[in-house]
Amino acid sequence: MLEVFIFATLNGVVTGLLLFMLASGLTLIFSMMGVLNFAHASFYMLGAYFAYSISLTMGFWLGLIFAPLIVGVIGAMVERYGLRRVHKSGHVAELVFTFGAAFLIEESIQFFWGPDTKNYQSPDILDFPLFILFGQEFSAYRGFMILISMSIFIVLFRVLTRSRIGIIIQAAITHPHTVSNLGHNVPLIFMGVFGVGTALAGLAGVIAGPVLTTFPGMAVVLGSIVFVIVVIGGLGSLAGAFIASLLIGLLQSYAIASNVGMPDLLNLLGVSFARDHPLNDLWTVTLPQIAPILPFLLLVLVLIFRPTGLLGKREE
Amino acid sequence: MKNKYITNKFNGLLICALLSLGGISQAQEPVRIAFMDPLSGTFASIGTSGLKQIQFAADYLFNSRGGILGGRMIEIVALDNKQSPTETQLQFRRAVSDGLQIIFQGNSSAVANTLSTTISRFNRRNPGKEVLQINYSAVDPILTEDNCSFWHFRFDAHAVMKLDVLTDFIAMNEDIKSMYIIGQDYSFGHVVADTAIRFLNEKRPDIEIVGSEFHPIGQVKDFTPYVTKIVSSGADAVITGNFGADMVSLARSIIDSGLDIPIYTFYAAYDGITATLGEDGKGRIHLIHNETSNPIPTQERKEFIRAFKAKNPNNDVTQPRLTNALSMVVAAMEKTQSTDPYDIALALEDMRFTTLGGEEIWMRGEDHQIFQSLHISVHTDEGVEFDADNSGFGLRSIYHVPAEETIVETSCQMRRPRR
Repeated sequence: MLEVFIFATLNGVVTGLLLFMLASGLTLIFSMMGVLNFAHASFYMLGAYFAYSISLTMGFWLGLIFAPLIVGVIGAMVERYGLRRVHKSGHVAELVFTFGAAFLIEESIQFFWGPDTKNYQSPDILDFPLFILFGQEFSAYRGFMILISMSIFIVLFRVLTRSRIGIIIQAAITHPHTVSNLGHNVPLIFMGVFGVGTALAGLAGVIAGPVLTTFPGMAVVLGSIVFVIVVIGGLGSLAGAFIASLLIGLLQSYAIASNVGMPDLLNLLGVSFARDHPLNDLWTVTLPQIAPILPFLLLVLVLIFRPTGLLGKREE
Repeated sequence: MKNKYITNKFNGLLICALLSLGGISQAQEPVRIAFMDPLSGTFASIGTSGLKQIQFAADYLFNSRGGILGGRMIEIVALDNKQSPTETQLQFRRAVSDGLQIIFQGNSSAVANTLSTTISRFNRRNPGKEVLQINYSAVDPILTEDNCSFWHFRFDAHAVMKLDVLTDFIAMNEDIKSMYIIGQDYSFGHVVADTAIRFLNEKRPDIEIVGSEFHPIGQVKDFTPYVTKIVSSGADAVITGNFGADMVSLARSIIDSGLDIPIYTFYAAYDGITATLGEDGKGRIHLIHNETSNPIPTQERKEFIRAFKAKNPNNDVTQPRLTNALSMVVAAMEKTQSTDPYDIALALEDMRFTTLGGEEIWMRGEDHQIFQSLHISVHTDEGVEFDADNSGFGLRSIYHVPAEETIVETSCQMRRPRR
């Protein structure tokens, strides 16, 4: 049982940190512009596809560097020539714009790369087990994923709290007009944040592509869960997003690893139902079976009991 | 990328040109057939590859040889149901209002069930405008058993037939002492799990089922947590009915975890899956399917595959049963000289047909289930004349079961329409 617990924890951390790379950009963009970027996960997918194409000719490592940059530039362009124009018409227009962009990106990817799963592989140099515990391998690539996302978190946190740019960004979030009056170019800051946010999503795609497979549905699978994280963590809170990402990664991983379900609960309560009971599906459901929907359950609970999210500062 | 786009466009133009040429020389109305499968979203790769195959089969076998029914062309109309039962209802309405009376559909038994129910109801209420369902791939047994319909024909062996063969094969392997079953949480996934457990208990009571797990279809990001459980269960082998992205992610996670055990599957090949598994999956991934992969038994099928590859270099003939289904529907039309679904259905019943692979297959009239030989193939790069995904890897058939031995009884009580 111990081995399952240890590996479930490791898996949960890997997933959680990956989710954080997406959620960090999303939550920053939200706190600046007050807009939930529905296309965020699509930039993640773009990252994976660009990296795949680059890796075909120039290898994985150049893909790791250039794919996020390309995605970041595309993201900045989307902000500069798309979102900023739409901004005048209010939040609903912006929301619809990002919603449309998500579809557009997905369809473009299918158009250029086709609907097949892409053979995007991790680099050979990381193709060895980092350690073997109780007969299970933990691949070096997963260790590399943890390393990358942890460094991103540390760098991001230091930049935002310790550097001059970070202070201006934080000020621009709460008092955009004052910052503007002080002579800072607020629209440029917005564009930069959007670009960096999407580049982070792209980077997540680059490192997730080889393990989670690169296919046109990869954005949809991850998209909704990232919103859940941002809301649970508290809109606009980087630390909140970090905690929520790990929380959800671990929650899902433990739920899958567990072997309990309704039958156990019913046994404990001494209740039993006939096999042909109309709600039989409900009485036989197990925790692993519903693991992927647990984050949404958590979302509902958080919204009921703590609508601002775990670390959200928004006033009622 | 750019090249692919250009060739695709070029192919499109070619097809258009061919079609319009046909239209000029033969001013007859085309025979229109709907192809309803996911052409966008998570499972788009399977649907679009199927569409290319049926389109090619129609052009290569019939349209380029002067059409059918004395010069009529076959026109394939693509309908995107996004593999959702709700969307299927909408697309069915569209098909009906477009006057389409034959619908090919294959992906997801949940969708096939919805479509079958919808069609039965529609046909009961609209005599004279009936619609025929040609199911080329949805393998939940219920479609030809308790829920069988006069208007539904299945051209693939159902899950119980396939599992019977697969568990025979597994039972021969003395090294396997424990089995883990994982599948998508819907009707087909449950049928696979229940049936596999039942057969294994009968054939090899000593094999312990160390785990049976369901996960939501198309929702799992990372299969590693599931694989952790498989590893700690100590299983000697895995059975899964997963398809599409769920299949390739699962297989990748198993391989990445360093677990070196055979994986018995239904759909772990083609559409990018073979290329992604590559060297790591060699000799471990097994598939149960109809129509042998390598070696290909006849020259006709080899030529068909080569011609398809010439036209669609990035795709493969993944589902020969799609060609069989189309050919048999056409044979039924030619026999009755009619495109009326009722006539076609009657002609299809108990039809015996020789495929491109040179095998005689039989559509049982009692439940509208096809019977043909079943094969187990292994993912490898040795002795593979026709590879998949241009990867050098492909399937080599290693175990064959003739059609007669796959025949199972049915509980179908078909309600036959009166005319």
